[in-house]
Amino acid sequence: MIEVTNVTKRYGEKVAVSDLTFEVRPGIVTGFLGPNGSGKSTTMRLILGLDAPNAGRTLVNGKPYRDHDSPLHEAGALLEARSVHTGRSARNHLLALAQTHGIGRRRVDELIESVGLREVAGKRAGGFSLGMGQRLGIASALLGDPRTVMFDEPVNGLDPEGIQWVRKLLQRLASEGRTVFVSSHLMSEMALTAEHLIVIGRGKLIADMGVEEFVASASKHSVRVRSPQLERLVELVAGPEVSVSAVAPSVVEVRGLSSEQVGTIAAEHGIVLYELSTQQASLEEAFMELTRDSLEFHVEDRPKAEPNEVLT
Amino acid sequence: MSAVAVERPPVEAGGAAPVGPVTQRRVALSEWTKLRSVRSTRWSLFVMLLLIIGFGILACVVFESRWPHLGADERHHFHPLRANLAGVNFAQLAIGVLGVLAITAEYSTGMIRATFSAVPKRLPVLWGKAVVFGAVAFAVSLPAVFIVFFIGQAILSGQHINIGISHPGVVRALFGAALYLTVMGLFGLGLGAILRSTAGGIAALAGIVFVLPPIVGLLPSSVTNSIDPYLPSNAGGAIWTINPDSGTLAPWAGLAVFAAYAAVALAIAAVLLKRRDT
Repeated sequence: MIEVTNVTKRYGEKVAVSDLTFEVRPGIVTGFLGPNGSGKSTTMRLILGLDAPNAGRTLVNGKPYRDHDSPLHEAGALLEARSVHTGRSARNHLLALAQTHGIGRRRVDELIESVGLREVAGKRAGGFSLGMGQRLGIASALLGDPRTVMFDEPVNGLDPEGIQWVRKLLQRLASEGRTVFVSSHLMSEMALTAEHLIVIGRGKLIADMGVEEFVASASKHSVRVRSPQLERLVELVAGPEVSVSAVAPSVVEVRGLSSEQVGTIAAEHGIVLYELSTQQASLEEAFMELTRDSLEFHVEDRPKAEPNEVLT
Repeated sequence: MSAVAVERPPVEAGGAAPVGPVTQRRVALSEWTKLRSVRSTRWSLFVMLLLIIGFGILACVVFESRWPHLGADERHHFHPLRANLAGVNFAQLAIGVLGVLAITAEYSTGMIRATFSAVPKRLPVLWGKAVVFGAVAFAVSLPAVFIVFFIGQAILSGQHINIGISHPGVVRALFGAALYLTVMGLFGLGLGAILRSTAGGIAALAGIVFVLPPIVGLLPSSVTNSIDPYLPSNAGGAIWTINPDSGTLAPWAGLAVFAAYAAVALAIAAVLLKRRDT
């Protein structure tokens, strides 16, 4: 369980996180979504107590992270920026972290094995590829058998097999009843792994809802129709609330009517349909839609904002 | 063995591993693992040994062979222990740099985030580093100064200009040299923790040890004489000398002043460590 309450964090003049409030519940994968620079990594650092908020508070399993006796048992984190001494081997890196909590070498070796670093465990971490570094970071995060895990962009730099592995891992951790909080700037990744979404833009909360609800709320559904008698059909469906756009020869997308309505009209007039399907906006499109709104709101909110600042 | 790729076992987030609370002793053990598992530690300690023993032997060889040709004034200024411990002057930079690196390397590599995630109260990390690093510095430098003492004095005995281990103050000075190097390492650790930058930490340390004394020497002598004994390296130097120049502090008082500098640096580091973002 993670609770973020009215948290604001400024670095100098720049507001990284602004009055952010949300909860991350155990038992499901919660995605943390936002464009690059929207404050995801900052929020995760605040939750771990690496940075101190200017206002508000963060709790992990009911307490500020630093007040726990066994912090690594409460939360394990893979942070986006690499957090490994480049001159130390993977095994010694994990061992040093394990020893702070009295965790033994056997556990370290088990983790090295299960994240697939056995062959390179004795090598200096500075020579690791991005993917190997991610695997080492994930092993570090899991050392203390944490009740809450936070992964910042975990699939960065992983090959397809590694991405599959991370998805399964996240879902399994959630199914074990743990709190799983995973950030990404890739909406498609979230669609595959997350059940719930926290969406932020420019440090502010944009959405806190289920993935399906998120897509539904953000997208305008449309109906894709392919027919040899399109001109006739377009005339018949026309109305003040309805818009039709051609997307390909003899294919149109109709907005403002459901596929049932379009199909019924076609049947009533004996029009042949080759294709009739509801088009749902992708999570990407839903996300763009929502963050665009937040940026526009932001411009109105701060009239003095520089144009290029708004675009970032 | 078959050529078929072996299916990895699933990651066990749970498993048999018992997880205990963070304690100061456990953090110190972790810091020991960190210190022994990077090359810079081995190199810096090896260089320190080489400087203490190498320069000590070299100085003794030079004096022993030149002795018949030295004038009365030079003979008067010669002291068998001072020549013997000449390498400590160089070794102090090696151990100080290692002290700086013990903390700044964590910042430059990002390791500090992993460290503070595991120990979010932070201060046990600083104390753990200080205890482990201090013990290692002392354990390496003490045998080195005793080894160079016996070799150096054996060389000097060729001209009968050696002193024995039982000579008043010698044992204190040898232990003192090891203590001095230990405190210098801790001073480096404190400066490194304050500045969080390897280059900055080393520059500050070298400036205080090597640049500050000659600058103070440029001041009017009345001012110099009252400040000079309290400069870190001069105060600390009293503990490993048995024929002090006039105007230096008493051995243990000097070491106490030097240790106070290191303690203040570590105390400032502790306050900043608690407050600052990582």
